[in-house]
Amino acid sequence: MKRFAARMGPIGIVAVVIVAIVVFGAVLAPLIAPYDPTIGSVTQRYLGPSLEHLLGTDQAGRDIFSRLLWGARSSLVGPLIVVSITAVVGTALALTSVWWGGFVDSAISRVLDLLFAFPNLLLAVLAISVFGASLTTAAIALSIAYIPYTARVIRSTALRERNLPYIRSPQLQGISGLVITARHLLPNVAPLIVTGATINFGFAMIELAALSFLGLGVQPPDADWGLMVSSGQQSLISGYPAESILAGLCIVITVASLGYIGERLGGRSAAGRKA
Amino acid sequence: MFVVRRLLALVGVLFASSFLVFSAMYAAPGSPENFLVQGRTVTPEVLAAIREQYSLDDPFFVRFWNWLTNVLQGDFGQSLTNRQPVGELLAARLPTTLTLVLLAAIIIAVLGIGLGIAAGVRDGILDKVVLLGSSLGFAVPTFFAALLLMSIFSVGLGWFPVFGSGEGFFDRIWHLALPALALALPSAAVVARITRTAIREERDSEHSVMATARGVPARIVLKRHVVRNSMLPVSTIVGVHIAGLIAGSFVVEYAFTLDGLGTLLVGAVQRKDFAVVQAIAIILVAGFGIINLLVDLLYKAIDPRVGTKQES
Repeated sequence: MKRFAARMGPIGIVAVVIVAIVVFGAVLAPLIAPYDPTIGSVTQRYLGPSLEHLLGTDQAGRDIFSRLLWGARSSLVGPLIVVSITAVVGTALALTSVWWGGFVDSAISRVLDLLFAFPNLLLAVLAISVFGASLTTAAIALSIAYIPYTARVIRSTALRERNLPYIRSPQLQGISGLVITARHLLPNVAPLIVTGATINFGFAMIELAALSFLGLGVQPPDADWGLMVSSGQQSLISGYPAESILAGLCIVITVASLGYIGERLGGRSAAGRKA
Repeated sequence: MFVVRRLLALVGVLFASSFLVFSAMYAAPGSPENFLVQGRTVTPEVLAAIREQYSLDDPFFVRFWNWLTNVLQGDFGQSLTNRQPVGELLAARLPTTLTLVLLAAIIIAVLGIGLGIAAGVRDGILDKVVLLGSSLGFAVPTFFAALLLMSIFSVGLGWFPVFGSGEGFFDRIWHLALPALALALPSAAVVARITRTAIREERDSEHSVMATARGVPARIVLKRHVVRNSMLPVSTIVGVHIAGLIAGSFVVEYAFTLDGLGTLLVGAVQRKDFAVVQAIAIILVAGFGIINLLVDLLYKAIDPRVGTKQES
């Protein structure tokens, strides 16, 4: 714990606390949210912050604070799906291609190259046009778009490890490739997977929010930060900026915290990744 | 040789991705003719006629081949929703998107590299501000930046128009200034960060220290040794981000309701107008590939060590 704190530094600890608060808010939303996030009241539209409505209400008279809490759920679950699929599939592809090399390696590389040719958001939009707009479709499509990046990073590290004695000698002893890969290779690329996942989480959150903003992700009246930025746009133009601004700030603060944590974990800048 | 090989690879990728996109659309649930009749009850004969008109009964590979050969001749087929040739629709939308991406690219290069260099060469308040700004800036989604800029400069101060893409050259730039800024902001933050780090590393490198020790004036050390060498990693990241603008542009177009390719794509996806979706997808993949190719060529020009034997 102390080592972790030292590694994070003071700003990093603040970032960890912020992420923890967001996670707790999302998990406990049904218990702590004072109002139903989808039910509003026509007489309660555009209220300012008060004790009754901590952050005021939106154009449908719904409590913004409750919507932000519930919105944290889809805003976190989406990236979680993306990061899990990407980490599992990306690592499996990378380790498979490193272990077998040769034809398997070049076949996997060609497929990844093809995926590289599609900008992330375009791939997601295409998948949505085929399977319909929903958070699940958007998240799965985005994970496919992220796999090549993860796979490439892990492959290049695993490739270096592949020829070291601790991998070669069990192989000579006739231990199966699966066991060696799982027992020896995987633990040595694991830190890389964790760092990559932390940084990807932030990017996935932004891109999923963008899809919801376009009306292609989470569907109204469900609460989602990206969707709230979008649905608050009309109110913002008419002079009630609370909904959009607060939802947007939630995204910015969470993503910035995750980026900082990832950077501290891996020494790799969150910035140094493809947009 | 390098150029030829990369061009061939691009053609291969384009072919493979058009096949991928076409088969995805082909496999999509829901048939186009049901969309065309929009729930009205029609006789089987009418349905058959529609299927005939759009050649929906041909085998998959025949349809793919026909579509591909038509696309190569510049014919992208007909939009299902408004019966216009897709090519015309795209041609009308392309200038807005191109201008937007170009403006954003310029902002990224100038603002990102400029601030990065300024923060890198001297410690001080500016450095702290740039560091903080870039750590937060990369986390600002483009659509949120769009909304903030719109509410401050269009709604609040009234300096810029809220919607629309404008007529004529200058009017267009004036209309696209805020969207381009919103689109460029996160990337500019990243570029500034990378530039700052690169400059600092280069400043402490032996050749710079040695040059200073030799008595070379600070300004020349900075120009010849520090900035020039630090531009290598920076040029890669700038290229990657400019290529990324292609996909990012449609979020910003949507936020500002600009009549670009992005809004057309989002609308076509919602209406399941596959002819339009396919065409835009292929064009975006091609644009993405071409920019990436140009970046690699530029990279090779800056650093001759990047040999032809290097596998990406």
